[in-house]
Amino acid sequence: MGKRVALTGNEAIALGMRQINPDVVAAYPITPQTDIVQYLASFVSDGQVKTELVTVESEHSAMSATIGAAAAGARAMTATSSQGLALMWEVVYIAASFRLPIVMPVVNRALSGPINIHCDHSDSMGARDSGWIQLYSESAQEAYDNLLQAVRIAEDKRVLLPVMVCQDGFITSHSMENLEILQDEEVRTFIGEYKPDYTLLDTERPVMYGPLDLQNYYFEHKKQQAEAMKAALPVILEVADEYKKLSGREYKLFEAYRMDDAEYAVVIMGSAAGTTRVVVDELRAAGEKAGLLKLRVFRPFPYKALQEVLGKVKAVAVMDRADSFSGFGGPVFTEIRAGLYDLEIRPKISGYIYGLGGRDLGIEEIRRVFNDIKIIAQGGDAVEFVTHLGVRE
Amino acid sequence: MSVNLKELSKKPDILTPGHRLCAGCGAPIAVRQLLSALDNPVVIGNATGCLEVSTSIFPYSAWNCSWIHSAFENAAATISGVEAAYRSLKKQGKVKEDFKFIAFGGDGGTYDIGFQSLSGAMERGHNMVYVCYDNGAYMNTGVQRSSATPLGADTTTSPVGAVVPGKLQHRKDLTAIMAAHNIPYVAQGSPSHFTDLIKKMKKALAVEGPAFINVLAPCPRGWRTETSETISLLRLAVDTCFWPLYEVENGKWNLTFRPKEKKPVEEWLKHQGRFRHLFKPENRHLIDEFQQYVDNSWETLLKRCEVS
Repeated sequence: MGKRVALTGNEAIALGMRQINPDVVAAYPITPQTDIVQYLASFVSDGQVKTELVTVESEHSAMSATIGAAAAGARAMTATSSQGLALMWEVVYIAASFRLPIVMPVVNRALSGPINIHCDHSDSMGARDSGWIQLYSESAQEAYDNLLQAVRIAEDKRVLLPVMVCQDGFITSHSMENLEILQDEEVRTFIGEYKPDYTLLDTERPVMYGPLDLQNYYFEHKKQQAEAMKAALPVILEVADEYKKLSGREYKLFEAYRMDDAEYAVVIMGSAAGTTRVVVDELRAAGEKAGLLKLRVFRPFPYKALQEVLGKVKAVAVMDRADSFSGFGGPVFTEIRAGLYDLEIRPKISGYIYGLGGRDLGIEEIRRVFNDIKIIAQGGDAVEFVTHLGVRE
Repeated sequence: MSVNLKELSKKPDILTPGHRLCAGCGAPIAVRQLLSALDNPVVIGNATGCLEVSTSIFPYSAWNCSWIHSAFENAAATISGVEAAYRSLKKQGKVKEDFKFIAFGGDGGTYDIGFQSLSGAMERGHNMVYVCYDNGAYMNTGVQRSSATPLGADTTTSPVGAVVPGKLQHRKDLTAIMAAHNIPYVAQGSPSHFTDLIKKMKKALAVEGPAFINVLAPCPRGWRTETSETISLLRLAVDTCFWPLYEVENGKWNLTFRPKEKKPVEEWLKHQGRFRHLFKPENRHLIDEFQQYVDNSWETLLKRCEVS
């Protein structure tokens, strides 16, 4: 039976980590992730977890030690933000290629420069092609729920890939929210005991992690990694079903909100989905056929499922909280466009970049976006291809 | 701690024949000697470098044990994670055996790019041994200077030219820097003095907490020496006091070998193509400077070891 508590996003993640009770956590402090590590250190000091906490000297070492621990057969975790993720970037790829089921909460924060401690998605978007599964959360509740599901997804033998559980820095990580948590025992049963097949500590069957892999094998290994990522989609849904039975909360690859008869829709990830939902309700009350698609799973990219839902609308606005500096919009925008390209009838798609460096996204701005795409849905041509929303000119 | 060579030679090799390191390379000689000191199951961590690429070409392995390589600069952090997992799983009764953890890195992966990772792992007190095989340059990428490269050496990034006579700086004294971490055991060894080296490894493996061993490992390609000269070059490095053999055990410095007669460093330099230009009359001052540096370091070491 769930229990209602008031927690910040980071507290919810830390609580989830206590319930997961990982064998090893190697982590380094960085704003706004810091209090996750602090809480975990207190759990260790108070004997509430069996975790060996490795307080490394950098995020590069955090991921390296987590890799070593996971390869040794431990359920191993770390957590980071922004520059920390950027610093560990090299080894983030290695974790995925080793097929280690590491779960890493990422508290999204803008990348330098200029230095900025507030939310955007440029950090995790920079690692979008690293071979990690990426789950995005709207709220502390979702961050907590995604964290628990991530363990099962990562460790599934059909997948064996690491997972980033993303939540918005400060907006979610430091805001108090009422949420429902599971009992410790329920979490323990849900995630089960971790029994890896190949570990460094198996004297009967020694293993090599990270040998030199040249022209004759590297490509096959990369193909296997790509297959595992594809195999993750049904597993994510299976785990969500099981989690729903336990928690009563439903998760899919994305949330389609009032999309059934929608004529135009906004696609968004993270905390701004809440504000967007308010605007959708407002427009619906006024008789407008507006909808919202909140993307939860960005890696693997669920393009087929997205085709089914977005293929029915006339105009879509894709909202990115990161720029790719390609001159062609943000990463979610370009992928949604590519994902819908094969449809015979496809919506008009415009891109919006918003909220960089923690810039607030207000109701007014979302209303403007819906208004833009309503005009497009009616056959108009009202907006730029990609708009930087709420920027002073 | 006694070392019986006959007994040790009966042990199965952990680094087996069939690896692809060059003839005359000091690294596998050092590794085999060091690993002969082992009595427990082991996990080996390897930094990117000659030893790693030459022993692990998929689907082959020269290692008769579990082995992990993740990147260049993180062998210490990676093996520290393995050791943390072991501690956790051992406490939970999920691992029965008593494991040892050893990381190997070259001087590039240890003195330079892996230095932070090494320093952090040592400070955290993991029960592990980090071994640097120091061949004095980035040999795997084709002989680029590192902070372990001695003064005057001709490398591909400190090339001898019309106005620059090779590397302009002295090397970093990493062994002393590791001693300054106040870890239980630090030593400097050479495969030419194998009983000394194996004894040091036995001590390193026996202490609770981190240990560091720095081993000189000639590279015939980079040093431009004959492959048959590897061991005699090591002897000269020790006898000239370029590479003194000592240990720092719980803070106590101890000279483990004292040459009967301290030879001039030229004796070591003159066999190596990388120092050939130093023997031109206009570069004589560099040999003098090199000798001065060796003399000063030796005097400092003797003081630390409280030997006169």
